[in-house]
Amino acid sequence: MKEFTCIICPRGCRLTVDDNMNVTGNTCPRGKQYAISELTNPVRTITSSVRVNNRDDLLVSVKTSGSIPKGKIFEVMDEINKLSVSAPTRIGDIVKKDILGLGVDILITKNID
Amino acid sequence: MERFDVLIIGAGVTGAMIARNLAKYDIKVALLDKENDVGNLTSNANSAIVHSGYDPVPGTNKAKFNVLGNAMFDQICDELDVSFSRVGSLTVALYDEQLKILEDLAKRSKENGVKVELLNAEQVKKMEPNINPCVKGALFAPTAGIVDVFNFVVHAVENAVDNGVKLFLNQKVTSINKEKDYYVVKTDKETFESKMVINAAGCFADKIAEMVEPIDWKITPRKGEYFVLDHYKAGLVNHVIFPLPSEKGKGILVTMTTSGNYLVGPSSELDEDPSDYTTDPMTLRNVRAQASEMVPSIPFNQVIRVFAGSRPTCTRHDFVIEYSKKDKYFINVGGIESPGFVSSPAIGEYVVEQLVKPVLSLKEKKDFNPRVRRYHRLYSAMNDGDYKFVNEHENYSEIICNCEKVTLGEILDALDRSVPPQSVKALKRRTRAGYGRCQGGFCQPRVVLILAKHYGVSPLEINYDGEFSPILLKKIKEGK
Amino acid sequence: MRTVDLLIIGGGSAGMAAAIQAKKEGIDDILIVERDEHLGGILNQCIHNGFGLTEFKEELTGPEYLSRFVKQVEELKIPYMLNSMVISLTKDKIVTISNKEEGVLEYKARAIIMATGCYERSAGAIQIPGDRCSGIITAGTAQKYLNIHGYLCGKRIVILGSGDIGLIMARRLTLEGAKVICVSELMPYSNGLNRNIAQCLNDYNIPLYLSRSVSKVIGKNRLEKVILTAVDDKMQFIPGTDMEIECDTLILSVGLIPYISLLDYIDCPTSSTKGAKVNEHMETMIDGIFSCGNCLHVHDVVDFVTDEGRLAGHGAAMYLKDQLQKGDAINVLPKDGIGYVVPQQIDRNNQEDVTFKFRVRRPVKDMNLIIESNGQLIAKIFKPVLIPSEMVMVKLSKDKLPLLGEEVSLRLEER
Repeated sequence: MKEFTCIICPRGCRLTVDDNMNVTGNTCPRGKQYAISELTNPVRTITSSVRVNNRDDLLVSVKTSGSIPKGKIFEVMDEINKLSVSAPTRIGDIVKKDILGLGVDILITKNID
Repeated sequence: MERFDVLIIGAGVTGAMIARNLAKYDIKVALLDKENDVGNLTSNANSAIVHSGYDPVPGTNKAKFNVLGNAMFDQICDELDVSFSRVGSLTVALYDEQLKILEDLAKRSKENGVKVELLNAEQVKKMEPNINPCVKGALFAPTAGIVDVFNFVVHAVENAVDNGVKLFLNQKVTSINKEKDYYVVKTDKETFESKMVINAAGCFADKIAEMVEPIDWKITPRKGEYFVLDHYKAGLVNHVIFPLPSEKGKGILVTMTTSGNYLVGPSSELDEDPSDYTTDPMTLRNVRAQASEMVPSIPFNQVIRVFAGSRPTCTRHDFVIEYSKKDKYFINVGGIESPGFVSSPAIGEYVVEQLVKPVLSLKEKKDFNPRVRRYHRLYSAMNDGDYKFVNEHENYSEIICNCEKVTLGEILDALDRSVPPQSVKALKRRTRAGYGRCQGGFCQPRVVLILAKHYGVSPLEINYDGEFSPILLKKIKEGK
Repeated sequence: MRTVDLLIIGGGSAGMAAAIQAKKEGIDDILIVERDEHLGGILNQCIHNGFGLTEFKEELTGPEYLSRFVKQVEELKIPYMLNSMVISLTKDKIVTISNKEEGVLEYKARAIIMATGCYERSAGAIQIPGDRCSGIITAGTAQKYLNIHGYLCGKRIVILGSGDIGLIMARRLTLEGAKVICVSELMPYSNGLNRNIAQCLNDYNIPLYLSRSVSKVIGKNRLEKVILTAVDDKMQFIPGTDMEIECDTLILSVGLIPYISLLDYIDCPTSSTKGAKVNEHMETMIDGIFSCGNCLHVHDVVDFVTDEGRLAGHGAAMYLKDQLQKGDAINVLPKDGIGYVVPQQIDRNNQEDVTFKFRVRRPVKDMNLIIESNGQLIAKIFKPVLIPSEMVMVKLSKDKLPLLGEEVSLRLEER
């Protein structure tokens, strides 16, 4: 038996998973999926930012294109911290492909002219 | 090393006024302060009242300088471009037995040469609709006023510096020694030489005086805590509202400020440590209770800030304004507690004309300019309905502080003057950026970047207040 | 003086949604006035994800969410003015704007929508006891320094207040290299969403202390330590429960307040939300002046801000087309257990469904929400869980409106 708070939506359901991987407490199928993933391979999407070279004291926001293993968060952050871009930037621009070989990219999430 | 004629220790309101009066003469004047801005301590945290002078004991320095100083404010605030308004004060009696005390105060006022009027309950209620309806009467002093204390000191020093006074900040005096015919004043950073020294060190004046000789007076700092309310609506009070004075001081007052905020306080606690600016919930609760007794409807949910100030109360119960016992080239100006602010122009004039002049030969400068360069503010333009200057000058319509409507132009102007702000707080004092209801929540990042750019330093080096009070601790993602 | 049909003050989520809606309903002469150098408001600095689940059925970051509305504003060719602050306002809807390039301008508007957002309760406002040192900062300001400019306000941080901004900042600061020592909450429950406690605190082993607050801040120049003290059920500090924590920064996430200083100019009545009092069209008590989003009441989810913006845009469009026939007002009253309800009035002549938005005073379970008027039950809705941090919406169908007397009240009753 394990308990989690679902992080999929603002509702934040209390999920319970028993030893046979039966999930209760979820109000939608995504909750069930989340609970199982949390037990087997917990993953997170990361948002952060990278410095804009050609602007004073300005960052542009980025995110991982998909989920990464929870245990890799700080390694991915170390890589993100090394990145920088030049303005203009467009949402969806790829700053770094396949970060740490995890199969996800680092994408720009903000338009800066 | 350049030798000064007069060196003033302390750039609070007293030192500022002495410096400005000395600037009229053709001598070399140095003004020192241990803080990174002028008027940073007692002059910064007080009730911002230009007292009428009804309260000091007749015949004292306090009574004399208060009354003289009060009369000087119209001209001086005009010259220094500082907000000042003679709103009048009401000292209210809430119980029948207090009416007798009001009569005594009225007599005292007469002796001090202060115009006052005794009002009955109906008259008071008419003037102050929000006063406690149990009010029995009040002493009305029409000459009392409110003043922008921050800019009064800043502009006075600016005017002194514009007229040749040299300002040295971040200089904490550590020793004073008399050589043949001059003093050597050592600070934690430098050594100064001056023929004459004037001690205007506020809460630290006794410590400075003792560097020269034993003294028979002592400063016992008295801490006062205040509430600042937002300027959301006019008319909570229309005058400065005082309770009856006690041996602890003038009591907890309720007043509006020149910026339209309301100020409630101060408490009055003896405090050994003159650098203690902590606030405490119990004390504030007491302030609140006492103020509410006079004005029951004070909206304390509109409090945007609380602060504490330290008053340099003196064991002599009066201002000390005199030569050192052994040498006329050292002057002590100490114990300048309330009514010190209002007295300062008169003290400045007296010190220079009556104490310095007999000792040093003073020749008037031909080109002394009593005025500071005019200040322009979007907020004043709004009140005047005249946007000519704003529209004709770059940056005066780019708002940085939303709450107080402070523009980039006003900030750059403050930075371009002869006493430029070195910290976020110093800038806030001059321009009001960050003084509003959000307390800098929105504008502080912009202010920090503007200061960093102006001084050509990293934002990490911008202090909130004094040295070693940075706002930011680390730059992240330095990139390549 | 220039004229405009609809002037919208604030170009954040609420303002943009209002503009888009009004435009779609045929109002062409619109101007959005935005103080910042781009549209989007505070979402620009909310770089975390979790926005747009209702609106777009996907999880977006703040900047991505706002960009979709900016795109619509551009496509619909709705005029907007950046770097511009409205500095005053009259009941006759004369608006004075201070614009960076053009100076001070005056507009006469036929209708106005206030969408000015909210501000953070400051250290001064909550009267934190102790020293006046640097290192005490509100969460949103710390967020701007971190996410927009790239500076950490501290290295060892205590967060006071467990609202969502505080929780989100705990994670952001941790990811960017700071040590968040703990989050302390005065109330016996968190004011943030459960999922934020899970993904922002639990994921990074950041402890959350409930019923504990800062009793003193200590620091000569920069903050050196804070004292966290437990509080009893009357919110009084309990002696002997001090925790002394060495830290260089105290971040405050202690509440948001509608930013409505402009309303002071027009004597606009306000409600217990600290925003303007409005009717079901989001019209304030001043004719033709509407209000929506966080300057009306503080929302928990941006999608609801967007919705409310549309409602105000719709109301303003009807007003401008002379379709708002005003009748008597039905007062809406929050009673037992309900903190506030928006709108505070319903117009008797209203022809549309009305949505009540409310918050409860304290966390409760198994409650019936009772809507009643003149002692008559209008609706009874079962609510298994209600918490103060969550805004709740209930719709009252237009057919029920004729049943209402001079006032209608909402209250909670145990099932």
